[in-house]
Amino acid sequence: MWLGNLPRPSSRRGTYLFLLVFLLGTVLPLGVASSPDSHGTDAPHDTKHEASNGHGHHGNESHTKVKKAFPVLNFEYESVRLPFEIALWILLASLMKLGFHLIPRLSSFVPESCLLIVVGLLVGGLIKLVGETSPVLHSQIFFLYLLPPIILDAGYFLPIRPFSENIGTILVFAVIGTLWNSFFIGGLLYGVCQIGGKDLEKIGLLPNLLFGAIISAVDPVAVLAVFEEIHINELLHILVFGESLLNDAVTVVLYHLFEEYAGIGSVTFLDVLLGFICFFVVALGGIFVGLAYGLLAAFTSRFTSHTRVIEPLFAFLYSYMAYLSAEVFHLSGIMALIACGVVMRPYIEANISHKSHTTIKYFLKMWSSVSETLIFIFLGVSTVAGPHSWNWTFVICTLVFCLVARVLGVVGLTYIINKFRIVKLTTKDQFIIAYGGLRGAIAFSLGYLLPPDHFPRDMFLTAIITVIFFTVFVQGMTIQPLVDLLAVKKKQETKRSINEEIHSQFLDHLLTGIEDVCGHYGHHHWKDKLNRFNKKYIKKCLIAGDRSKEPQLIAFYHKMEMKQAIELVETGGIAKIPSAVSTVSMQNIQPKQKVAERALPQLSKGKEEEIRKILRTNLQKTRQRSHSLHFMEECDDLKATCTSLVFIVVQGLT
Amino acid sequence: MSSSTNKRCRQPKPDEMTGFRTKISNREDFQRIPELAINPLGDRIINAFFSDGEDQVNFRAFMRTLAHFRPIEDNEKGKDPSSSEPLNSRNNKLLFAFRLYDLDKDDKISREELLQVLRMMVGVNISDEQLGSIADRTIQEADQDGDSAISFPEFVKVLEKVDVEQKMSIRFLH
Repeated sequence: MWLGNLPRPSSRRGTYLFLLVFLLGTVLPLGVASSPDSHGTDAPHDTKHEASNGHGHHGNESHTKVKKAFPVLNFEYESVRLPFEIALWILLASLMKLGFHLIPRLSSFVPESCLLIVVGLLVGGLIKLVGETSPVLHSQIFFLYLLPPIILDAGYFLPIRPFSENIGTILVFAVIGTLWNSFFIGGLLYGVCQIGGKDLEKIGLLPNLLFGAIISAVDPVAVLAVFEEIHINELLHILVFGESLLNDAVTVVLYHLFEEYAGIGSVTFLDVLLGFICFFVVALGGIFVGLAYGLLAAFTSRFTSHTRVIEPLFAFLYSYMAYLSAEVFHLSGIMALIACGVVMRPYIEANISHKSHTTIKYFLKMWSSVSETLIFIFLGVSTVAGPHSWNWTFVICTLVFCLVARVLGVVGLTYIINKFRIVKLTTKDQFIIAYGGLRGAIAFSLGYLLPPDHFPRDMFLTAIITVIFFTVFVQGMTIQPLVDLLAVKKKQETKRSINEEIHSQFLDHLLTGIEDVCGHYGHHHWKDKLNRFNKKYIKKCLIAGDRSKEPQLIAFYHKMEMKQAIELVETGGIAKIPSAVSTVSMQNIQPKQKVAERALPQLSKGKEEEIRKILRTNLQKTRQRSHSLHFMEECDDLKATCTSLVFIVVQGLT
Repeated sequence: MSSSTNKRCRQPKPDEMTGFRTKISNREDFQRIPELAINPLGDRIINAFFSDGEDQVNFRAFMRTLAHFRPIEDNEKGKDPSSSEPLNSRNNKLLFAFRLYDLDKDDKISREELLQVLRMMVGVNISDEQLGSIADRTIQEADQDGDSAISFPEFVKVLEKVDVEQKMSIRFLH
C-alpha cells in the first residue's frame, strides 16, 4: 500500500528501499526452506542411492567414492544458517525503521509500533505462503535477549527527580491497580465462562484469574514506544511509565501463584498469605539484587582509569547479570535491572571517561531500539503463525472488561491518591493515564509460556493478541490527537540552566530547614539525609580520586560548560563574528544563534583569562592523573576546544 | 496545624504552661534544633521568622511564616482577584525565597549575595575564582535589564519552568 505513493524525488528512495526489503523478505523464506526438514528429505534419498550402489559393487567398496572435480564455488548454507537468519531479521527490522522515516507523512500520524506490527503480519503472511513454519516469538528469547536492553535503557536514563517525587502514586497504581485489574477481569470472565457456551464452561476460576493477571499488566515496551512520540509532560509520562515498570513484581507473583495451583484447582488461605509474603520477597529481593550489582559495577569502575576501552562493558555486563540472577530466584528481573541502572549511574558517570559515557548511551539506545523493533515485528509474525482459537464471547468480553477495569481503577485510585498529593491529578490527567494503559509483548510471552494441558492456551493467546492489537493500534494511534485536543501540557524541551540548578538546590535546603523547624519528617528531610550519607561514606568508596569530593553543583557546571564548548565547536566556531558576517554561515547558524549568545559571557579581559585558566586546570584535574595514551589524546581534545572557545570570546569582545 | 509543630514550639520552654497565643520564642530556641545547625541555610531560615529588628517571635508570626508553605488549593485559583493574594500563592512563595537571598533588602540579588549563597551550599573545597565564574554565569543568564544583579521579576522568570507549587509546599497533615 505504500507503493501506491507516486515516486517523487524525496520518496523515490523510499520505494527503492521497499523493493530491497521485499527482496530480502523473499530470501528469508528461502532460508527457512533450506532448513533441515528439506535437507532431511534429500539425505535419506542420497543414502539409499549410495546403498544400492554399494550393493551392486560388492567387492569394489573402496572404490565407490566417485572423484569429482575440485569445487571452485561451493554452497554450504547450513553451517551459517542460524547467525545468518538472526542477522537478516535484525537487518530487516532496521531497514523497516529507516523506511518509515523516509515516507513523509506516514510517521506523523501512525506510531511506529503499529507500522512494525503490520510489517510483521506481512512477513508472516509471506512465510506462510511459501509454506514454511515461521519463527515464533519464543518466550525464552523474548525474556532473555529482547527485553533486558529496553529495560536497562529505561532504568539507566530514568529521570530520578520526578520518579522519586511521585513514587507513592506510582506504587499505588502499579500494585493496587494491577491487583484490582487482575481480579476484576478474572472474576468477571469466570462469570462469563459459566454462563457462556459449552466450551467455555470447563475453564475454572483459577485459569481465569491467571488470564486476568497476564492481561492486566501495563506493558513498558508498548508504553515507551507510544509515549516517546507524543512528548507528553513529564509527570504523566513518569506515572504511566513507572507503573508499567513496577507492576512486574505483582505480575510475577500472581502468575506463579495461579499457575502453580491451577492444576490442583483450589487455593487455600495459607497459599494466599504465602503469595502475599512472596510479593514482598520478589519486589524487595529484586531491588536488593539490583542494588548489589549496581554497587559492584560502581566499585569496579573506580579502577578502570587504565583500561578505558572496556569501561562500557562493565556497565552492561553487571546489569545483565543482575537481571539473570534475579530470574534464577524467580525474583522480579525488571526491578533488579532498574535498581542496578539507577544505583550505578551517578558513580559510573563520575568515574568513566567522556567517550565511554557516550558509548554507553548510544549502545543502550541502539540495542533497545533494535529490540523494540524486533519485538513488534515478531508479534506480527506470531499472530499469523500461531494456532488460533477464536471465541467471540471470550474475546469481546476480555476487551470490554480490560477497558472498564482500567478506567474504574484509575478513577477510583486517583480519588484516594489525591487526598495525599500536593499537586492533584486532574480529570484530564486521569484520562491520559487510563488511556495510556497499553498491553504488549510481555502479556503475549507470558501467555505463550502456559502449559497447554491445563489451560486453553490457544484461546487465551487469541484474546491476548486481540487486546494487544486493540490497545496498540486504536489507543496508540488516537492518543496523539487526543492529547492535542485536550490541550494536555507537553514536555518542555529545554535543558536545565545553571539558575534552575542553583535555585532548586537552594529551595531543597530551605524546605529541609522548614521541615526541621516543623518537626515534620517529610520528603525533603529523608532526601537530605540520604544525600549526606551518600556524600560522607558512599562516594568515598565508589568514586576515584578527587571527584569524590566534588559537589553536585560544580559537577553540573562543568558538564554544562563542556557541552556548550563542544556545541560551539560543532556549529563552526565562527558564530560570534558580528561585523564580517557571510550569508551562508548565517543561514546555518541562525537557529543556533540563541545558544551561542547565551553561552558567551560579556566579560572583561581579566575575567576571560580567569575562565581560560579555570577551564584548563579544572578539566585537567577532573581527568585521572594517568599517563595512558587515551588520556593524553582526550586532554588535547579538550584543550583544543577550550582554546577555541576562548578565541571566540576574544573575537566577540572586540 | 500539626502536633509536632506545636511540640517544637513547646520544646524550648517545657516548664511554661501558657497557651499558644502568647507563646514566644527567640533565636536561641531555633538554634537548638540540631538539623538546622548543619543546614547551610540554617541562619537565614531562622532570620526569616523574625521580622525586622525584633528578637522574639510569637506563635502567630511563626505560623504566618509557615503559611507560605501551604499547598496551593485549586479552589483558591478562582477567587476574587481584587482580594489580596494569599500567603501561599506562587508569587509569595517565590518572594519568600527571594528575600532569603537578598540580605541587604535592596530588592536585588547582587553578585556578592549570590557568592555567599554559593559558598554556603558548595563548601570550602572550591576556589573563589571558580565560584566567581559560576556566579557571573548565573547572573548573566538571568539578567535582562543589564544591571548585573537579579531582580525579583527576573528571578520569577528564571524559575518559570520549575514546579514551585509542588517544591515549596509541605503538607501539614497529621
